[in-house]
Amino acid sequence: MDSTSSFQFFKRGPSAVVRLVFFVVLSLSLLFIDAHFKYLEAARTVVSVVLYPFQRLITLPGMAWENIGTYINTQGYLVKENTRLNEQHRVDQVRLNLLSVLQVENVELRNLLQVPQRVNYPMQTAEIMYVEHDVFKRKLFVNKGGQANVSRGQVVMDDIGIVGQVTRVYPWLSEVTLITDKDHAVPVQVLRNGIRSVVFGSGEANQLTLRYMPVSADIQIGDELVTSGIDGTYPPGLPVAKVVKIDRDPAYPFARIVCMPIAGVDHNHYLLIVSGLPELPPLPDPEPVDAGKTKIIKKPQTP
Amino acid sequence: MNSNLPKDQEFLLPAQGWFIALTLFVAILLNWLPWSGWGLILKPDFVALILLYWCTHKPYRVGIGIAWFVGIIADVADATLFGQHALAYTVLAFGGTVLHRRVQMFDLRQQTMQVFPLLLISYFIYAAIHWQMRDIWVWSYFLGSFVSAALWIPLTILLQTLRRPRSDPNEL
Repeated sequence: MDSTSSFQFFKRGPSAVVRLVFFVVLSLSLLFIDAHFKYLEAARTVVSVVLYPFQRLITLPGMAWENIGTYINTQGYLVKENTRLNEQHRVDQVRLNLLSVLQVENVELRNLLQVPQRVNYPMQTAEIMYVEHDVFKRKLFVNKGGQANVSRGQVVMDDIGIVGQVTRVYPWLSEVTLITDKDHAVPVQVLRNGIRSVVFGSGEANQLTLRYMPVSADIQIGDELVTSGIDGTYPPGLPVAKVVKIDRDPAYPFARIVCMPIAGVDHNHYLLIVSGLPELPPLPDPEPVDAGKTKIIKKPQTP
Repeated sequence: MNSNLPKDQEFLLPAQGWFIALTLFVAILLNWLPWSGWGLILKPDFVALILLYWCTHKPYRVGIGIAWFVGIIADVADATLFGQHALAYTVLAFGGTVLHRRVQMFDLRQQTMQVFPLLLISYFIYAAIHWQMRDIWVWSYFLGSFVSAALWIPLTILLQTLRRPRSDPNEL
C-alpha cells in the first residue's frame, strides 16, 4: 500500500481517501441542501423525467404478472360464479315452472268459478288424481267420491265443455270415463241446424266420430256439436265437439265424420262434476211389437 | 470454457466499459422492481453488490466517482434525499477499493466475509441518514444486507462467467 501511494508509476488521479472525502462532503452537502432548502427539486425533476421510461420499463413485467394474476383470478372467479349462477338458475327454473303451473291452475280455477254462472246446475270442483295407465281406456280418477255426493252418471265438464261422465263411485274417488273412450256415446245436436246425432269416442286422445250420419247429411267442417239433453244424462246445450273432417265416400252408407272435443279432455287438472240434473220422467217401458199390435187392436176397446 | 483459471488470473479477465455500465443499469432496474411485503424487507441492494464487485475486481475502472453518480441516480429513482444513496455508495466504493487486494486473495466464501461488513456499513449509513432526517430506525432494514451478502457468491460466479471470453477453438 505504501509503495503504491508513495511511488505512482502510472497516473491514477487523486488517492482513494481524497476521493472519498470529496464525494462524502459532496453527498453531505447535497443532503443538507436537499433537506433544508428546495433548490434541488428542479434537478430531481429533470433526472426523474429521464429515468421515468426505465422505471416504467422495469415495472412492466410486474404489471404484466399482476394482469395475468388478475386474469387468472377473474377466470376462477367467473367459473365459480358461473357454477353458482347455474345452480341458482336451475332452482329458479324449477320455481318458475311451478309458478307458471300455478298461474295456469289459477286461470283454470277462475274459469271454473265462472262456469256455474253460465250453467245453472249445482257443481263441484274435483281434482284429477290418477289417469288410467291403460292406453285403451280413456278414464281418469278424480278426488271426489261418494262422500261428496258424487253419483254414477253425473256429467263431468271443464270450463268449456263436456269431458266425460262419472262411471264408478268410490268413497273418496270416482272414475270418470272420458268422451273419447272407445264407444262412449254422447247424444248431440248440431248447433247450426239442430240435427240430432250421437258422437262416439274413438279411443284416441283427441278424436270423436259422428256415426250413422247419411252421406248427404247437412254437416260442415267447423260445425259445433252440443249436447242435446235428450237422454237426460247430459244437460242440454253444452259444447261437446267440433267437426274437423268429413269423408263422404258414396261407397259407404254413412259419412265418416271426425270431430275434435272442444273441452280439454286430456289436459286439465281440475274438472267440474255437474250434479242435480233435473230428473226426467222415467222412460215408458218399450212395448213389445205384438203387444203394440194388440194395443192397436185393443184400442177401439178402450173408451 | 476454461474454468480452471488460476484464482489471481480471474481478476484479469477483460471488462468492457459497456459491460460494466450494463450491469450497473440492470442492478438499478432490479432495485426499482416493485418489491412488497417480505420481499421489500429482505430486498437485497443489487446496486451496492454490483458496485462492490466492480470496485474489488476493477478498482481503476469503477471507483468512488462512479459509485457516487450511481447513488445520485438511485436517490432520484427512490425519491429519497439527494445524496443518501450517494453517500452510502461512496463509502462502499471506498471500502471496496481499499480492500480489493485482500478480496482478490480470498476464495468466494472468504470474500463474502470481507464484503459483508462493507455492505453493513453502507446499509448503516443509509439508515443513519434516515434516522437523522426523519427519526425512523428500522432494524428489519438490515436484513437486506444479509441477503445481499448471501448473493455475493452467485453474483460473482455469474459475472465471472459472463466476462469470460468465448472458448477459443484454436486453443489447445
